[in-house]
Amino acid sequence: MAEEQAILEELTAKFPSLKDKVRVQRARRLFAHVPGEDIREVFGYVVRDMKFPILCTITGLDEGATLGVIYHLGRESGVVLNLATSVPKERPVLETVTGYFPAAEAYERELVDLLGFQVQGLPEGPRYPLPDDWPAGECPLRKDWKPGARLEPEQGKESQDA
Amino acid sequence: MHDRENIRIPIGPQHPALKEPTSFSLALDGERILQAGVRLGYNHRGIEKGCEERTYIQALYLVERICGICSHSHATCFCMAVEEIAGIEVPKRAVYIRTLVAELERVHSHLLWLGVAGHEIGFDTLLMYTWRDRETVMDLLALLTGNRVNYGINTFGGVRRDVNPEQKVAVLKGMDLLEERTKYYITVALEETTLIERLSGVGMLSHDDVLRLGAIGPTGRASDVKRDTRKDDPYAAYGEMPFNVITSDHCDVYGRTLVRVGELMESYKMIRWLVNNLPEGPIAVKFPRKVPAGEAFMRYEAPRGEDVHYVRANGTDRPERVKVRAPTLANVQAVAHMLKDGYLADLPIVVAAIDPCFSCTDRLIAVADAHGLQPGVLTWEQVRRHGIEWYRRRGVDFTRLNSTFRCGESG
Repeated sequence: MAEEQAILEELTAKFPSLKDKVRVQRARRLFAHVPGEDIREVFGYVVRDMKFPILCTITGLDEGATLGVIYHLGRESGVVLNLATSVPKERPVLETVTGYFPAAEAYERELVDLLGFQVQGLPEGPRYPLPDDWPAGECPLRKDWKPGARLEPEQGKESQDA
Repeated sequence: MHDRENIRIPIGPQHPALKEPTSFSLALDGERILQAGVRLGYNHRGIEKGCEERTYIQALYLVERICGICSHSHATCFCMAVEEIAGIEVPKRAVYIRTLVAELERVHSHLLWLGVAGHEIGFDTLLMYTWRDRETVMDLLALLTGNRVNYGINTFGGVRRDVNPEQKVAVLKGMDLLEERTKYYITVALEETTLIERLSGVGMLSHDDVLRLGAIGPTGRASDVKRDTRKDDPYAAYGEMPFNVITSDHCDVYGRTLVRVGELMESYKMIRWLVNNLPEGPIAVKFPRKVPAGEAFMRYEAPRGEDVHYVRANGTDRPERVKVRAPTLANVQAVAHMLKDGYLADLPIVVAAIDPCFSCTDRLIAVADAHGLQPGVLTWEQVRRHGIEWYRRRGVDFTRLNSTFRCGESG
């Protein structure tokens, strides 16, 4: 666990705001919660200076008052650092990481479609994964979104036709 | 003379080259692809949302159905994540049985891929041979788990079925047959000039592009990127078992073929090792219904590349969040790159060469209803009526069958 411990120490030494916010869960797994204002700097430092060249994926979460996002960053040695942050639900703005990882485009589009994040700097392109005519403001992975609720009037029409 | 304009043509989402829907937008100059765009999402079924509304054990069965080929990959990855949160240690025998099924699944997936690749280049004899041989491993999976696909071998805390001595003998016998057959395929791959010529230089993806675009699995290893989750981040029994990571420096579809046939040989070795070293003991431990609050991130080397699951638990019997990233999503950006500067006629084999699985990738169904284009969910009755009506308009009447054929009524 020497490598994991070294990562923890380097992170907390470089960013005092991460004190007590980084934990080693088990061999090759670290979790860190970064304040929203520091995420850009921490992300860049971890990827460039601490040599985490793999982005496994990005997870978005509905945390109630905030929306959470976790960047799962990997090293060749198999260590994964799960870098989490939260943004206010009224203004769920993130900056794109496609500059570091072009493949993040699909992951960030998922955040936009399913949870309603706004990702600044995300290149133009087709949406993913919802259909092109999916109504704006319907974010299926938000906790208050229930499948089918919105569709009742449509189904009512269907039964009248029959 | 007017300016020569590039032609942009849409391919898909439904098209004869692939069995699953995806849509390509290609800018062409004659036969050459200048630029390729990919649109995914046609198989979105809401599985991540579905998991949040189900108990863990129900979610496990849903997760297993993310994919029809690497179902065990998703189920095992999910199980391991939930077990890590609950702090439950799985008995060693169960871990070995999981790994055994995992490698049998890889054999079935790679043989299936080899057949598909043969088919896409017009080498249908290879398809017939490999799919015939694949039946051997399908039968073994059915023998061990009761199912040819969606094995249902996993449960939280272990596995649901033990392996008996007769089954061990059958597995070893099957491996002997498959190894002999695979040696033949390796000879074909190394000596058959039609195959070599057809696949070499097609769908090029350099070593640096793999690193930049994050391509994974056999696609990455065929560009000499020695990354394999089984070795790098060992899980299940992979930390204890001897095996080699197969790579190739061809960087093309030919290289991807060599990597997969090489991996088949490694899998046979691993399967024999697991059967011969299967520890005694229980196959499962009791698992709590409620999982304490916590989170876990698990990686798993599925046949097509790294599959990752993130699970967050909130102390209840239902997960707070389940996030899945299947290998195809990581590879699909690399496909757009591979197609660029290639020929239109190479599209099917280039796409097939990552062994794409869009049901895995999209996971989540929204159906455009027959009247408007409002996305919605059709009830079983509506789908059934639509089907009957569709055929009736074409002169086939199923109405007579209505009274005798009714199944799965819902709401």
